[in-house]
Amino acid sequence: MFEPFHYEFFVNGIVAAGLAGALTGLVGVYIVLRKMAYIGHGLSHAIFGGAVVSFVMSINFFVGASVWGVFSALLITVTARKRTIGADAAIGIVTTASFALGIAIISKYKTFTRSFDAALFGNVLGVSDGDVLALALVLSVTVCTIFVGYKLFLFTAFDSEVGRLYGVPTGWVDIMFSLILAATIVVSMQVLGVTLIAANVVIPPIIARMITNSFKRMLLLSTIVGSSCGIVGIYLSYYIDVSSGATIVLVGSTLFVLALMYNIIQARRHRIWSHFRKKPAITRIPFSSGKL
Amino acid sequence: MLHPLPHSPSYIDPVVSIESLTGGYNGELVLESVDLTISHGDFVGLVGPSGSGKTSLLKAILGTLDVYDGRVLVNGVDASVRRPRVGYVPQLETIDWNFPVTVEEVVMMGCTMNSPLFPWVTGLQRKSAARMMEHLGISALAKRHISDLSGGQQQRIFLARALVGNQAIVLLDEPTSGVDIKTRDDIMHLLHELNHQGITVIMTTHEINSVAAHLPRVVCLNGRIIADGPPSKVLTTEILTETYGGPMPVIHHNGMAIVVERPHRFGYHARKGEDQDSAGLEHQDIV
Repeated sequence: MFEPFHYEFFVNGIVAAGLAGALTGLVGVYIVLRKMAYIGHGLSHAIFGGAVVSFVMSINFFVGASVWGVFSALLITVTARKRTIGADAAIGIVTTASFALGIAIISKYKTFTRSFDAALFGNVLGVSDGDVLALALVLSVTVCTIFVGYKLFLFTAFDSEVGRLYGVPTGWVDIMFSLILAATIVVSMQVLGVTLIAANVVIPPIIARMITNSFKRMLLLSTIVGSSCGIVGIYLSYYIDVSSGATIVLVGSTLFVLALMYNIIQARRHRIWSHFRKKPAITRIPFSSGKL
Repeated sequence: MLHPLPHSPSYIDPVVSIESLTGGYNGELVLESVDLTISHGDFVGLVGPSGSGKTSLLKAILGTLDVYDGRVLVNGVDASVRRPRVGYVPQLETIDWNFPVTVEEVVMMGCTMNSPLFPWVTGLQRKSAARMMEHLGISALAKRHISDLSGGQQQRIFLARALVGNQAIVLLDEPTSGVDIKTRDDIMHLLHELNHQGITVIMTTHEINSVAAHLPRVVCLNGRIIADGPPSKVLTTEILTETYGGPMPVIHHNGMAIVVERPHRFGYHARKGEDQDSAGLEHQDIV
């Protein structure tokens, strides 16, 4: 049971997965409640383009992908504010163009020696101390930002139009979250992979939402669920020899199904109880009684 | 009359002055040359067809409408220069009822106006939120989720959010839309009570008979102001026909103006070959 913990790469991997899961779970709450789930999907693909460009130009991955991610996040947020375009179309244009650029560069430079499988699907073997440190740093900054700006995030996510009237800088809050999401994707890429980050941004908050009706508790639960999925997923991936990102997402999906079943059973129980409750008498007036 | 009078607006003390306002969105005009003065303690209902600029007029007062000409002064200050301290209750249809938030949390959002950039709710703000919930009779619901409540209770939450920052003016966008008769009556009684306590109330409504007819002041709007005054003077066939761009017969019953829906020609009366007059409306009733 504790055998994999004898390997340094596994310890690094499981810590990174726990941190990445907590981070995506926490950031995901705002993304899901603001109905921006597609942005996580799009931004992760956009950052893949940045990762490829940074490799071709021999720039540090974190620097290249971060600059690219910040630029894409700002472009999406600003474009989405145009009434005639809309958020979904803005994300579609910016991210697919960026992803296509990455693919074009890979196909152009046939002499590519580096495999991008890890960036696409996640690879626990490649997690370094630097990756863990970057994850811990981004998670700490995100927790502090949400703690300090809790009131503003809540108002913006719930009712941004009225929030603006009450002096909440909703535009800045959205930009701030897009930047945090970009940073989350950059640092989680090695563990979860570009194609699976989006799922981890969405699944833990939805599970948390099914369990609680409170924003505060949802933040906490989503972080715990995300982190647990990461740890259990990595542990399982070691034994079943499947990509780490895929295993983490599958663990999350299983938990989602369980939470859904719990909700359905609760609703059924409620319906059955209400069936046995005493019903008030219905006053029936026959049409022939002359009272109509 | 459902609600007690008199209301006592102070006509020498305007809180909202709209002067020759022309405004809209993205260059498209919605309001043209609108002049309106609302005094402290007024209770005003804005009526008009969909797209007539009722919500836009509220947004002009809130300082979020694009103003192309004229100006809007709230408490003497231009609303486009400094965001006015005005409570706002949006249409309940626009609220995400599935959002994980409790009644207390929603009410405390209203305190944001006093300190928008301060990260946390202070003890003082928490106390005023509790006082406001007590005042509006929803303190027992503080920890409940917003979707667990009735229509009237939901409207009270957003009223509490609008008033918790001690706002003296409250704007409501169709507060009685989509609620049953009892809830509508509860909401209107509550608004009248708040108005008696000195709060200026400006609301939009589509319900002329059940809501607008009971307000002290009605403004008919269709891109511009068609009429402004007490319902007995404003709710007439001519004015409503001009406002809505179609025939709107009004009859008077026990001193109350009632807008009558014209019987359409596809139902019972059409089959019987009866016209409007024989369907129950008589010429002498229509004013």
